[in-house]
Amino acid sequence: MSNNKNSLMGWIDDRLPVTQTYEKHMSKYYAPKNFNFWYFFGVLSMLMLANQILTGIWLTMQFTPSAEAAFASVEYIMRDVEWGWLIRYMHSTGATFFFIAVYLHMMRALLYGSYQKPRELIWIFGMLIYLALMAEAFMGYVLPWGQMSYWGAQVIISLFSVLPYGDLLTEWIRGDFLISGATLNRFFALHVIAVPLVIVMLVVVHLLALHEVGSNNPDGVDIKKLKDENGKPLDGVPFHPYYTVHDMVGIVVFLMVFCTVLFFFPEGGGFMLEYANFEPANGLKTPEHIAPVWYFGAFYAILRAVPDKLLGVAAMGGAIAVLFVLPWLDRSPVRSWRYKGWISKIYLVIFGINFVLLTWLGTQPATETLTLVAQVASVIYFGFFIGMPFYTRMEKTKPVPERVTGGH
Amino acid sequence: MKKIFALIAAVLPSLAIAAGAGVPLDEHRTDLTDKASLQRGAQTFMNYCMGCHSLEHARYNRIAKDLDIPEAMMMEHLVFDTDKKFGDLATIGMQQEDSKRWFGATPPDLTLVARVRRPDWLYTYLRSFYEDPSRPWGVNNVVFKDVGMPHVLADLQGVQKLGTADVTVGYDTLTGQPITEEQEHTLYIAEEGTLTAEEYDDLVFDLVNFMTYVAEPIAVERERLGWWVLLFLAIFFVPVYLLNKEMWRDIK
Amino acid sequence: MSQDGVNKGRRTLLVGATSAVGAVGAGFLAVPFVGSWMPSEKAKAAGAPAKIDVSKVGAGAMVTAEWRGKPVYVARRTDEMLGKLEGLAGRLKDPDNANKEQQPDYADNVYRSRKPELIVVLGVCTHLGCAPKYHPEVKPEPFDPNWQGGWFCPCHGSRFDLSGRVFSGSPASDNLVIPPYMYEDDNVVIVGVDEETA
Repeated sequence: MSNNKNSLMGWIDDRLPVTQTYEKHMSKYYAPKNFNFWYFFGVLSMLMLANQILTGIWLTMQFTPSAEAAFASVEYIMRDVEWGWLIRYMHSTGATFFFIAVYLHMMRALLYGSYQKPRELIWIFGMLIYLALMAEAFMGYVLPWGQMSYWGAQVIISLFSVLPYGDLLTEWIRGDFLISGATLNRFFALHVIAVPLVIVMLVVVHLLALHEVGSNNPDGVDIKKLKDENGKPLDGVPFHPYYTVHDMVGIVVFLMVFCTVLFFFPEGGGFMLEYANFEPANGLKTPEHIAPVWYFGAFYAILRAVPDKLLGVAAMGGAIAVLFVLPWLDRSPVRSWRYKGWISKIYLVIFGINFVLLTWLGTQPATETLTLVAQVASVIYFGFFIGMPFYTRMEKTKPVPERVTGGH
Repeated sequence: MKKIFALIAAVLPSLAIAAGAGVPLDEHRTDLTDKASLQRGAQTFMNYCMGCHSLEHARYNRIAKDLDIPEAMMMEHLVFDTDKKFGDLATIGMQQEDSKRWFGATPPDLTLVARVRRPDWLYTYLRSFYEDPSRPWGVNNVVFKDVGMPHVLADLQGVQKLGTADVTVGYDTLTGQPITEEQEHTLYIAEEGTLTAEEYDDLVFDLVNFMTYVAEPIAVERERLGWWVLLFLAIFFVPVYLLNKEMWRDIK
Repeated sequence: MSQDGVNKGRRTLLVGATSAVGAVGAGFLAVPFVGSWMPSEKAKAAGAPAKIDVSKVGAGAMVTAEWRGKPVYVARRTDEMLGKLEGLAGRLKDPDNANKEQQPDYADNVYRSRKPELIVVLGVCTHLGCAPKYHPEVKPEPFDPNWQGGWFCPCHGSRFDLSGRVFSGSPASDNLVIPPYMYEDDNVVIVGVDEETA
């Protein structure tokens, strides 16, 4: 269609590269043909981002961002606004499923070495998205102004007090001497416009960087090495229509799980909407057990595992920061764990289970036993990264095939 | 009732430090489709709780609609504040200052209490007041130590005490007669109220059922809609799956 | 990749089926987003029927009440005022209430009211929504030298008679709206509800 200079499309293409862009990113973007189910979670993250933006816009229409009215306005949405309950649950459940998709998407990168050269920037932009997403989720959880909103904010903002000029810094973040309506108002502004803008822009850059170097695959094979007579990768298929129809299967299945939780377990057993958050914020009464929402559990567990405030915050920050340098920690000559040595394979599985364990620990009250478990788990977490330059270089890898395996 | 005796007996030694946390709770088999139970619960709430506790996020007309109560009946028998209109929120007139003076703290709004405390806790709590002359209201509570409110339903339940009493621990398999055993730290009724123990349990069950409803009035409709959404997705899955299979026949 | 042996018919059918079911799904998804813009229960409660005590409205006088945030005019017309209404037909755009949207059936008469003397009318000009002013006196007015009493809208000069019917030459096209209303007793009018909607 791009060749027809007389058509409307031709007229537009002369002025704006619509067809060219469509071809570059969809119909002539060649993706490896052996994607497995791990490769659904990128598009599923995008789906949840769209869900959060759409339902979020609708929630701002009815929500009142003030300390006096925020809590009641959420109940107003849940009861008085037609369909308000559904839009609110789509947003609150969406947050959880956004993180599920993002965590599995990140795990996929670990499994198949998608962060390795030449995809370091894709990984770093992805990490920035993750960081922005954590800020977004944290500030969003403050908005309903329940007990957990208030005391969660109290705890997280207090983390900054370990930095130089910490007291001044925390006062500046709160805009008050305690968490107050001023804090709520600025978090609202950041949550509904500033951070979403940053996230959307980062997603665009993340995708541009991906489409520049091309997608990785479960074998970690570079499909651009072998091309047919037309210059198309032998193991590549056009993203559209093959992966669009393929992704739709994943989307429908994912939506079934999403809707099951949304309609039947919207509180997620207290992990998604914490029970104490159905009580309005009260600055004079701390709930018996302050736990973060599940998706912050792992880092919260690491924070608590260290019996020192400064070091604990440093450990938590380090746990996130170390992910940024992952592309330079992995010295393995191969990408995918399929061809890495047994240390990498076993440690990767342990790392995954360990992260789930840390997540769970973060949501539980700290007992002596659990703290000990959290300390061991924290060591395993950091060991994975600190040991990586050594075990990836030392271990014996298997030969990587010329062409991708499996798939269709 | 028997169950709670046994349970409480088992955990009481730890109560001194636990302050109510960790007490095993009786299960409340919430049934939000039982409109008759919800109606009775609403009646109990309006008569016994509403004097001090509001339902400030709930509207009378919504409660009436969801519980199949006609407007006239609702306004006449369940809405005691004559200034209230059918569509109003169920707030109460009690002045915050007054209530703080009487109770030491403002009685909390109860719209969402079933989502905060959960139905099992409420069901156990409302049946676990016992006589304790050292407390300002003469009562204490097993699951909420040093509770700040009086036992409003005492006339119905009677005087409950904590001490040594015969507890039914099982039933004789042959005769069906209850087997009792003397136990310490047990709740027992010292003076009968206007209701029997079973009737009182039923009353509290209905009350908690209503409070669970009012904490999330959409719950029944939410689940009903959920089945339709899942059905739709299941139908949608068929052409999506077949289309994917069909397209990928191209790829060798 | 090969296109050999592709069953085009089957492919078209499946694309069509997926698109059709997907479109239905998108339609369902739109329902909550569109629906949430409707007046909430709070708005409905605030817009609940309003009771107006009409016993204090003197002959020829008008009071303004509120219903759904809009002004409701209640005027008690004298026999003399009522007598003039029939004769105005020639000067009006819609003297016979041809536009049935503007009043309930029980107000579909020359007085546009349940009881002839008492008119209950929305004080919202049918032109662009200003609140018309009550000018009951029969006297030459700057806006009409032959004024027989009625409402005049200061925004764009629409004129209405004492039944709320619009005069020819006004920018407004329709008569003022008579809201649904009923008498609770002789002295109390409830606006916003009638036998049909109650």
